[in-house]
Amino acid sequence: MKTRPVKTRPVTPADLPGVDRRRLLCALAPLAVLHGALVVAQAELLVRALAPPDAGPLPWLAGVVALRALTSWAAAALAHRAAARAKADVRAALLRVRGGPTLIVRGLDALDPYLTGYLPQLAAAAAVPPLVLVRLLTADAAAGLTVMVTLPLIPIFGVLVGRYTRDATRLQWRRLERLGGHFRDVLAGMSTLRAFSRTAHQEGEVRRMAEAHRRATRRVLRIAFLSALVLELVATLSVALVAVPVGLRLLDGDIAYRTALLVIVLTPEVFLPLRALGSRFHASAEALAAAEETARVLGRAAPRPTGRILPPGDGDIRLEDVSVRYGERAALDRVSLVIRRGEAVALTGPSGAGKSTLLAVLLGLVTPDEGRVLVGGVDLRDLDLAAWRRQIAWVPQTPHLFAESVADNVRLGAPRASADAVDRALAAAHARGFVESLPDGPDTVLGERGAGLSAGQRQRIALARAYLRDAPILLLDEPTARLDPDSERAVVQAARGLLRGRTAVLVAHRPALLADADRVIRLSDGRVVEEVRR
Amino acid sequence: MTAAAVLAGVAARLCALGLTASAAWLIARAAERPELSALGLAIVGVRAFATARGVFGYLERLAGHDAALGRAAALRVRLYRRLARGAGPAPARAGEALTHMVADLEAGQDMRLRCTLPAVTATAAGAAAVVFCWILHPASGAVMAAGALTAGLAIPAGAAAATRRLGARLAAARADLAARVIDLTDGRPDLEAFGAVDRATAAAERQARRMARLERRGGAVSAAALAAGAAVQGLTAVGVAAASAEAGAVTGAVLALTALVAIDAVLPMITAAQRHAELRPALARVRRLLRRDAPLPPDEPPRRTSAAGHVALRGVRVRFGDVPALDGVDLDLPSGRSVAVIGESGAGKSTLLEVLAGLVQPTEGLALLRPARGMYQDAHLFDTTVRGNLLMAKPDADDAELRAVLHRVRLGEWLDALPDGLATPVGAGGRRLSGGQRQRLLLARALLADPEVLLLDEPTEALDAATGRAVLADVLRERRGRTTVVVTHREDVLDLFDDIVIMARGRVVLHDTGAPQPTRRVFPSRTGRL
Repeated sequence: MKTRPVKTRPVTPADLPGVDRRRLLCALAPLAVLHGALVVAQAELLVRALAPPDAGPLPWLAGVVALRALTSWAAAALAHRAAARAKADVRAALLRVRGGPTLIVRGLDALDPYLTGYLPQLAAAAAVPPLVLVRLLTADAAAGLTVMVTLPLIPIFGVLVGRYTRDATRLQWRRLERLGGHFRDVLAGMSTLRAFSRTAHQEGEVRRMAEAHRRATRRVLRIAFLSALVLELVATLSVALVAVPVGLRLLDGDIAYRTALLVIVLTPEVFLPLRALGSRFHASAEALAAAEETARVLGRAAPRPTGRILPPGDGDIRLEDVSVRYGERAALDRVSLVIRRGEAVALTGPSGAGKSTLLAVLLGLVTPDEGRVLVGGVDLRDLDLAAWRRQIAWVPQTPHLFAESVADNVRLGAPRASADAVDRALAAAHARGFVESLPDGPDTVLGERGAGLSAGQRQRIALARAYLRDAPILLLDEPTARLDPDSERAVVQAARGLLRGRTAVLVAHRPALLADADRVIRLSDGRVVEEVRR
Repeated sequence: MTAAAVLAGVAARLCALGLTASAAWLIARAAERPELSALGLAIVGVRAFATARGVFGYLERLAGHDAALGRAAALRVRLYRRLARGAGPAPARAGEALTHMVADLEAGQDMRLRCTLPAVTATAAGAAAVVFCWILHPASGAVMAAGALTAGLAIPAGAAAATRRLGARLAAARADLAARVIDLTDGRPDLEAFGAVDRATAAAERQARRMARLERRGGAVSAAALAAGAAVQGLTAVGVAAASAEAGAVTGAVLALTALVAIDAVLPMITAAQRHAELRPALARVRRLLRRDAPLPPDEPPRRTSAAGHVALRGVRVRFGDVPALDGVDLDLPSGRSVAVIGESGAGKSTLLEVLAGLVQPTEGLALLRPARGMYQDAHLFDTTVRGNLLMAKPDADDAELRAVLHRVRLGEWLDALPDGLATPVGAGGRRLSGGQRQRLLLARALLADPEVLLLDEPTEALDAATGRAVLADVLRERRGRTTVVVTHREDVLDLFDDIVIMARGRVVLHDTGAPQPTRRVFPSRTGRL
């Protein structure tokens, strides 16, 4: 896959990785030329068969028709192939930067009209009109010249009207998104609306927003469709402009019947590809928006600067004046502390005190805005992060369970662990009981985000994950929040077992877990306010 | 608007036919060197059709889009109304279900614009063309009818069938990819911490390639269908030319050229049929949703109401699918009590609250209550300001009242520090607030509503123990004399309540009304300790 520098001014789908516009156009060009030649041949043979009526050319005509269909099939199939490949490449690129989830799943389909409609039509519009025009000019110079004069009106008007409507269309696109957002927000809050008896009021609001959207769209479309109207008028009036004089010249015997008929058959064929190009272009407006969005997501993801990469040692972990800011709020405010190997440090403090942020800093998920984290005297920024994380097992406050089997979820940090090892980890995490009652035991595939399991069960799966990881450092983030007393007891027991013989930082409110800590550090507003040694 | 769109569309097609037919007639007739006056009508026809064609096309587009938007608006309102009366997904997994629902509604709009309208227009125009040719020359008309039926019915049907088959597989592949994407984005910290990012990314990429293979096959189907349509168009002209040889040069030329345009008018059926196959599943989902537990009475169903603040449940059962969430609950809460509900997760505590709130109707049994209000696990913050969200509960409250309630839930300092104060936007779903702030804003809103019965689902869960207890004590003091039901898992706050209800497996296993009795020993934690 190649990557191109993302341009600053309007991004088109052609700027995306995996979209090789030139290559596709080069592949389509011979087909387009062949198509143009076949259009001329078809007209020629049809005219021979009609003026005067003669069945002779008809088999040839059928052959040309078949060939034309084959050409159009080849061009379309080629474009679809390229589109599928391009979308897969863009999806892969987005997956790698973990951005644009809606783009990946559905949004990129908006590229289809551009890749399978606009680009092939671009090739046709470049090749067919000149070929047909040449034949027209050689058949009858006057008619050919008429067409030649009116033909440029199509791109000129197309560009003029298009430019005029582009901003309006873009505005419309954004308004549409906002309306969708409003409707979704209202639906999401339905039970709240119901609880406060506001559903009737909101129904009027939904109707009003939908009507407003309809009116606004109508205004925009009235202008946007003008371009199509102009293109169509130019095309049809040109046919009239050619047909009437040719008819009159026939009366005078200035032109042969066969030639006249050929002119009438060929004239619309000159305009057709250009008109189609205009409508394909409009149909791919969403592709431009999707491309812009994709480029934005891809451009936003800056790779982590890799400086010196040192293997992590097993020395003490030292935070020196670490500050982390989220916007204006300081989540951590010049925190300094030392965590010695083998000791268990508990963090307490009110919500928003910075406890989870501190764990994220230790994991390297969040880089301090000021200060530094030293591991055995080496700055975390200079460490091989992957190797550092291999030393850590983390049980987050709300662990994410993946749409895979329970066993694979437990294997997250040890992909090659045996079924036995998984089973032992589940047992140690007090999770074996409920896991075995699942339909396929540990092989049960979970729904999205672990749907089907309760909060306590998820927490225990996360603990099993940590067990299997078997890392020397353990980070535990409020493993018992939102648990009922029974689950809490099970989780506390499991967590205690996990603490044994490990360096641990645990965020906890409940006395049950605090008892196992060597030190309790109290945080408030991102600062260490108290330290109790046990 | 739909009728206008169809009329304009048919008129546009007929003008295209008229333009070709009159131009062909003009040329063929002129070749016979008649008087100029014989061509007058044809010349007028050519010019008129040429002008009208574009104008009708413009009107068709406008009216078609308007009809589609009108349908979208109507569907939105209907879906809203249906959901407002309790149909739809359970609130707990609303997030993505809603996104899909909104996307599905757009399918309804698309269906009208890209399937229904083109199909009706194509059928009418195709039929008109066939009849016109039949009148001129029946044999040619028959050939044209065969061509129109092939291009307008047979090929679209085949393409739709193939699209449907592929579509089902593509939908499955897409759902798989969606799950992987969610895992990659939402589960990112977990993946990073456990060094599993590359593994998960590679797996998702493989799925994207699998999807691309299916998309390519779908592309091959539509390419083949369109090529077949083009072939039928050309061959029909060949057939008409052959059949009309006996009809004379003028009629023959008119018929052959008209044939090309007539088949062109029915070709949109192919794309429309494929779109239809693609959109059908989404539309079926919308229909099912709108039909669910239909027909509903126009107003709220009559409800047995109780005296103010008194809540009584008799043998209440609630089932979600096969799973019983409440399994025969009898509960009497006299007016003015403060009640703690505890129990394992999954014991039915939240469902109990939803029944008390009137959000969930019992599958069996009787709920004697006035709909209560409060704050539930899924309570929603709207994408508007702090003020807008609070006014939801009490539309006529003034700012002083709003400030007071925010102070009561310990959000006063936060509010005072905000540059925009009450006008601060909270973001979609309260995204701009921290978890604890979100929870307290919801609590403030529930307090502001000041209902006879207030229901709170773990209202202080995101707060530390001391603050949580203080806030809860404040709330209960404020509510003294009116019924307040609180689901909690904190045993250290149970001493603040009059009643304690313990739930297990969808039943109330104990209702401790505070009267001295031996069962109270179950709660050593009443002293505030574990």
